[in-house]
Formats: sequence, structure tokens, C-alpha cells
Amino acid sequence: MQTQDITQPQHPLKAEARNLSFYYGAVKALKGINMPIHDKKVTALIGPSGCGKSTYLRSFNRMHDLYPGNRYEGEIRFFPDNTNLLSADVDPIEVRMRVGMVFQKPNPFPKSIFENVAYGLRVRGLSNKRLLDEKVEQALRSAALWDEVKDRLQALAPTLSGGQQQRLCIARALATDPELLLFDEPTSALDPIATGAIEELVHELKKRVTILIVTHNMQQAARVSDYTAYMYLGEMIEFGNTDEIFMKPNDRRTEDYITGRMG
Amino acid sequence: MHTMTPGQIRALIARGKMRDTLFQALGIICLAIGLMVIFLLVGDMLMRGVERLNIEFFTEFASRRAAQSGILSAWVGSLLVMLVTGAAAVPLGVAAGIYLEEYARRSWVTDIIEINITNLAAVPSIVYGLLALGIFVYTFGFGQSILSAGLTLALLILPIVIVSTREAIRSIPAMIREGSMAVGATRWQTCRYHIIPYAMPGILTGVIIGLARAIGETAPIITIGALTFIAFLPPVPFTATGMDGASAGLFDWVMSPFTVMPIQIFNWTSRPDPAFEVNAAAAGFVLMGMVLSMNALAIWLRYRMRKTIKW
Ligand SMILES: Nc1ncnc2c1ncn2[C@@H]1O[C@H](COP(=O)(O)OP(=O)(O)OP(=O)(O)O)[C@@H](O)[C@H]1O
Ligand SMILES: [Mg+2]
Repeated sequence: MQTQDITQPQHPLKAEARNLSFYYGAVKALKGINMPIHDKKVTALIGPSGCGKSTYLRSFNRMHDLYPGNRYEGEIRFFPDNTNLLSADVDPIEVRMRVGMVFQKPNPFPKSIFENVAYGLRVRGLSNKRLLDEKVEQALRSAALWDEVKDRLQALAPTLSGGQQQRLCIARALATDPELLLFDEPTSALDPIATGAIEELVHELKKRVTILIVTHNMQQAARVSDYTAYMYLGEMIEFGNTDEIFMKPNDRRTEDYITGRMG
Repeated sequence: MHTMTPGQIRALIARGKMRDTLFQALGIICLAIGLMVIFLLVGDMLMRGVERLNIEFFTEFASRRAAQSGILSAWVGSLLVMLVTGAAAVPLGVAAGIYLEEYARRSWVTDIIEINITNLAAVPSIVYGLLALGIFVYTFGFGQSILSAGLTLALLILPIVIVSTREAIRSIPAMIREGSMAVGATRWQTCRYHIIPYAMPGILTGVIIGLARAIGETAPIITIGALTFIAFLPPVPFTATGMDGASAGLFDWVMSPFTVMPIQIFNWTSRPDPAFEVNAAAAGFVLMGMVLSMNALAIWLRYRMRKTIKW
């Protein structure tokens, strides 16, 4: 792996993958990944289909623990407390309380808009109506959805448009103030206008939360991210400042992918 | 392959359409046969029993004179037995279904349980009757009561409830479960807020279909000893009973002797006096009505579920 610039500390780290490998049963999907995640920055993951981007992303909130036969090796250090997210002593639920996730396909619950956003708070035992109202409004505002839904908070979430549903899912993740937010191709099911809205949102959100985003769209990675990582066949090929990765990649394979000669 | 001329393409399409039409016709004929059998059966019973279908038929006990006999104790008995059956089978079946789908890890143990549940659904109902006679009636000492009957039928429909619970749960997309877990919910919170509510219409459909089967069951109920002639109702809670005038407890009725619709019908058909056959036909019609309206309820629930729960 080739890295740029991470020798000189620029920003504090939020997390760091250390020699991370992952197995679906006997299939080794991640091969010894080392990578820093800078605090309050957007890090983009790019790479051809099947290279392990989702697998890598879903390690950060221990989503793989939901299914039998999955196994991690190595560590994901989480700062400032230096917890190893993958440690057997760390409850995956604790991890998910600190690391939020937005999925590729909007997956609102078939409940009201309000209940969708309030869900994470309810799970944490919050039931005070006034506090819930306040937090739900806050989250919807942060997700740039408040103005569109404030008059119909009791409407069923699946009646929203695809782009609105995705912003609702972002609001749902934001309501509980995660420290790290994972996005797995959040705009692949959306039209260009809805995509633009989400990208703008990501830009806005990095003021308060660290973001790790998987995207198939090179322009999107260039637009929204501060750092970019290129993955290929389960390996981290190259990591660095987004500008540098796109302007003068060090690795031949990265260059081929970015210039569209592969992938 | 060579290019087809427009004429050849049209001939090909015509042949395909012809088969479409043929298959459609076949399907409609099969459907019509099925429907006709039901209509004939129900219509026949209705015609033969119509003279007895009045209010008194529902409010009178069975009697030695056919014209004054009613099905009061039978329909009340059927209803109460169903109540016990539902109260026992629903929590057990739903909990088992949820456990198998949401908690149990796939292993050879769960595979064996799965095979057993499928086989359980195929066990002849009389065998459940024999089992219940030994366990509920004698070992537990519940006697020949509504409780024994209800629990027996609960065992009978348990596989149906478990299977429909699991199917309802499986139809919930994985992304909903992941969405819930991703905000930090526990498995139980995910079940409570999502899995159970979204699966409920499907579960209820299964429960109702199970109850519709149970309400017509005769063999296991005879085995555990339902009465064929009974001229009193189970004690209503908090009313005076019998000669001592003591008040009945909330659950006294579950220990009461009882009869149910199919047994009443069976009893009437086995009488030598042909007048009782009219009663049997009328009661058969009522039982059919009960079963069909339960099925209609199940269909309505399924329809509502499709309308309100979208992913
Ligand atoms: N549940 C699974 N069981 C076994 N192998 C899996 C499973 N999920 C993914 N894989 C394999 O792991 C590898 C990485 O998959 P992953 O979904 O992480 O790729 P990706 O980079 O996200 O691809 P895409 O861009 O298409 O979403 C692939 O080879 C895939 O076939
Ligand atoms: Mg993916």
C-alpha cells in the first residue's frame, strides 16, 4: 500500500483500520487493510464492483455480526478513547450507538416520518415527548428535510419520494448524534437533483461528524471528499488527499480506474 | 438462425396466444368445479335445513324433540373452546416462530426442529386426542373440560401458527432489520418495534386459518370426552351458579363440560328419527358459515396488510 501525507499529522484521527481482514466463511473479502479515518472529514471509498467496499464499511458498525460465519481479523481503532471496535469484548450494539449508517437503498420503516427519526432515541430509552419533538426537528433540519415534511410528520414514511426517503434515513442516523457516519452508495438509487441535495448535505454534515462514504461515481468522490481510498480485490491500493489521488495517483491501478481504463 | 418474415412472426405469436387462451380456459374450468362443489354442498345443507334456521335454533338447547332442538350449547361451546385454543396457540406459536427466525442460529438442531414442525402438521388429529386424553385429562387433571379441548386443539394448530409466523417474518426485507439494528437496537427491540408489528397481519391470517380448521375438528374432541347432549351453559363469570348461589370465578367456565358444533351435528345424524337430519343440515350450514366467515376475515387482513405495509 502507498500512502501520501499521513506521516505528517494534519488532522486528528477518528478511526484507524489496522491490518484488517475479513472472511465470509471461507471467502477472504478484505486483505490486511491499513487506513486512517480523519476526524470531521469526508473519506471516500472507490473501487470496482466486488472489491470489498461495502464489506469494509460494514465492519465499522459490526453489521457483519448479524450473520453467522463471518469473521474479522485485525483492528479498527476508534478515537479518542482508542477502543478496538472489533474486539470481542466490545458489544456490537455499543458500536452501532456510536457509528451511524445510511444504506444504498433508502430503507425507511413503514411507520410515520416522526417515528422513523425518533426510533434511535426511543431505542436509547428516551420517551419525553417534548425532548423527542425537539430532537426530531433538529435531525430533520440537519438532513435538510424539515421544510418539506414539517406539516405531515405523521404521514407514512414510504409515501415520500426516493430522495426524501434517503434524507429521512440520514435524519434517522443523525438523531442520535453519531461520531462516525457510514454511507454505502447513498445516491445510487436517486436522480441527479436528489443526488445533488445529498452531496450538499454531506458537505454540510462534516462540520460535526466524520463521514466515510462508498461511491461508484468518481465525480462524486472528487466533489464531496477530503480523502480518497482506492480498493481493489479486497486490498487497499492507495489512500491520500482526494486532490492528489485524482491528479497524480501513485499506483498504476488507481490511475487506470480513475481514468476509466478499468472497473 | 435466419431472419423470420413478418408472416412467420405473426404465425408464431398466434400459436402462442392460442396456448394462452387454452390454459386460461382450463384454469377457469378447474376454478368453476371447485366453487361449484362448495356451492352445492352449502346450498344442499341450506335447503334441507332452512326450516330450522330461526332465532330459536340458536337460543335453545338440544332436546329429545327435533323441532324444539337448538344449538345453543354447541355454538357457545365451540366459541369458548376456540377462545382457549387461540389464547394458548398464539403466544406459544408466535414466540416459537420468532425464536426460530430471529434468534436461533442455523444448526442441525434447528434443522431437526424444522422437520419436526412440518411433520407435526401431518399428524392425524385423533393422535392429538389420544395424547391429550393422557396428558390434559388425566395427568394434569383438567378433566373433560373446555380447557382440555382448547389445549388439544391448540396443539393441533400450533404448527400452522408457527409456520405462518415464520413466513410472515421472512417476508420482511433484511434491510428493515438492518436499518433497525444500525441505530443500535437490540434484537428484542427490533422484534418489538418492527418484526412483530409488520408480521402481525400474516400471523393473524395463519391463526384464523388454524382456528377455522380447529372449529371443525371432531375426532380429538370426542376422544377427550365432550358430551353429546348437554342442556346448560358454562358458568358466566361473577354470576350466581347452581343451588348454593355462590358467585362463579372469572375462569370457572374453562373447567365446565361442553359440546361443540361438529359433535352436535354428529349426534343428530346418528339418531334414527329423520327429523333430526334437518337439524343436522341446519347446524352444518351454521358451521360452514362460521368457517367461511373466518376465512373471509383472513383474506381481508391479508388485503389490508398489502395496502398499509409497503417497503
Ligand atoms: N454474504 C456474503 N457471502 C459471501 N461472500 C460475499 C458476501 N457478500 C459479499 N461477498 C463477496 O465479498 C466481496 C466483496 O463484496 P462487497 O459487497 O463488499 O463489494 P463492493 O465493493 O461493495 O461491491 P459493489 O460496488 O458492487 O457494491 C465480493 O467478492 C462478494 O462476492
Ligand atoms: Mg457495495
